[in-house]
Amino acid sequence: MTADASAIAPENLGTETAPRASKLTRQRVRSAWIFITPMLIMLALVAGYPLISTIYYSFTDRLLIADHNTQFIGFNNYLYYGPNLNNYDEELDGYFVYYEDTDAALVYRDDGVFYDLDTEDPDTGAMDPYAGEIDTADVFEWQGLLVDSLWWRSVWNTLTFSVVSVGLEIVIGLVVALILNANMPGRAVIRAAVLIPWAIPTIVSAQMWSWMLNDQYGVINEILLSWGWIESRLAFTADRFLALPSVIAVDVWKTTPFMALLILAALQLLPGEVYEAAKVDGIHPVKQFFRITLPLIRPALMVAVIFRALDALRIFDLIYVLTSGSRDTMSMSIYARQNLIDFQNVGYGSAISTGLFLIISAFTLIYLMLGRVNFDQER
Amino acid sequence: MSRNARRLLLRIAFYVLVIFIVIYTVFPFYWAINSSLKAGTDLFSAAFLPPSPAWTNYVSVFEDQPFALNILNSVYVSGVTVIISLFLAVTAAYALGRIKFSGRGVLLLVVLSVSMFPQIAVLSGLYEVMRWLGLIQRLESLIISYVIFTLPFTVWILTTFMRELPKELEEAAIVDGASPWQTISRVFLPLLGPALATTGLLAFIAAWNEFLFALTFVGNNNETQTIPVAIANFSGASEFELPWGGIMAASVIVTVPLIVLVLIFQRMIVSGLTAGAVKG
Repeated sequence: MTADASAIAPENLGTETAPRASKLTRQRVRSAWIFITPMLIMLALVAGYPLISTIYYSFTDRLLIADHNTQFIGFNNYLYYGPNLNNYDEELDGYFVYYEDTDAALVYRDDGVFYDLDTEDPDTGAMDPYAGEIDTADVFEWQGLLVDSLWWRSVWNTLTFSVVSVGLEIVIGLVVALILNANMPGRAVIRAAVLIPWAIPTIVSAQMWSWMLNDQYGVINEILLSWGWIESRLAFTADRFLALPSVIAVDVWKTTPFMALLILAALQLLPGEVYEAAKVDGIHPVKQFFRITLPLIRPALMVAVIFRALDALRIFDLIYVLTSGSRDTMSMSIYARQNLIDFQNVGYGSAISTGLFLIISAFTLIYLMLGRVNFDQER
Repeated sequence: MSRNARRLLLRIAFYVLVIFIVIYTVFPFYWAINSSLKAGTDLFSAAFLPPSPAWTNYVSVFEDQPFALNILNSVYVSGVTVIISLFLAVTAAYALGRIKFSGRGVLLLVVLSVSMFPQIAVLSGLYEVMRWLGLIQRLESLIISYVIFTLPFTVWILTTFMRELPKELEEAAIVDGASPWQTISRVFLPLLGPALATTGLLAFIAAWNEFLFALTFVGNNNETQTIPVAIANFSGASEFELPWGGIMAASVIVTVPLIVLVLIFQRMIVSGLTAGAVKG
């Protein structure tokens, strides 16, 4: 858009004729807010409020069952030094602790005192404080998200997945887009073919590939065997080293069309004169690509990459179907849902969700600052 | 090597690459169709054509599970989601695209940032909202929650379209004394037809494919499941053997309409996908 086009944009309607216009302007602003309110209420209900509750729950010991008495526990879900939280016992009203040095069974309560389980009164449940000395270093441990190895594993898996799959998608997407942009017979057919993976629902494509990668009857194993590339069938989705690459391969297949189409749209906006000039100057096509094409489509590429990267960082469905809860492909979203729903531990699951949210926000901010991506088309 | 020979070689390499790309993108879907037509033990042969094509897998999908109901569920959820998001988005896009007021930039940023939310980050809070509304195990929970991802991009795309419409139209309407609502419904709506179809289709596809919310809110019951959950949870006669033939048949059933839609509307979809991303 040119500069004078925005100067006569509708928002500047009637600014020349002062008194009537200001009334009109005020009316328009008022109706603008009326029109926006329903959307804002809806977004507050499905996005704003839930996000704030998730962050709040991450500071509590909330469980999924509704009648549980939720308590505020500060940063304990993130980092906590104390008795193993899994050993909490409702009946004992504290944490069961076994002290190896003196072979004593103890209960650690919120008042910070170790009680001797042997002295428990069978009727009242009352206990005496433990008489001996206790070295807390032996019974306390660091716990919480920040020292959770499975969480860090899921962060690592998700980042590896995102970087590799988005990287491959850019390269393959560029190749496909350049081909689609070339003049050749049957271009429409090829373009339609490329759209097919995009049109297939993720769950369906996950199941299709799951079947193709099947360790006994999968066609991929069959083909690789008949070509003599492998000697025995591979368990693509179960093998420690093959599971993540398999997930990446399926994701690349499914989402490269999106990337290719965005790049193609950018390519079609490029001015032809530049290439004619380059041709006249005898510049090699490869050099043309790196010196002219790539810089010119860079803005579109940057936007496409951030859309895909944000999608990749929250990957859930593909992994859920292909490899389910396996540690080798555990993503942050999978780990969060496992804790939230399967283990019914809303507090810890929310801490994981909040961690994911923070990582994605940080990534987005850094990317926008470094890449100077221009989302708003008005300058 | 002569110039011509080199050119020919390059051309051949190019077409080999093209053929490879087409096979790469189409083969998995072909294999699903192929497998879905293999009955019984044929399924376990890697034949590239079904030796004796049969419909048994397709029949069993509807007989062994409430798959017809799952399809209806998905149609209902996606359809209503599209209607709600389009209604909210058109009015909001009119305000955001054509009226200048302070706070507009911030609002656009809020809308955009919602589209970047990881769904899992709102899951526990949303679960609470649904419990409070009494919608757990009900399809309406999905209609409400799907707005979180359909609304941002419908607003974004429609705002872009709204901005590009000539301002003379609106001026004429205002001079004629039309209210803002009349301006939207009588002047802009007819012009927005293609944009609405595009965004509506994209929202429909997004809702149709959604998995995480569906699994969490309505996943416990065969009868309330949407298609993606049903396909992910497909179970066969025995617990230990996945009914791959049935899964492939179900996959083909739900994918064929989508592919047809996408191929018919491919120009519109591409322009919709790129509207927010490439211009400017």
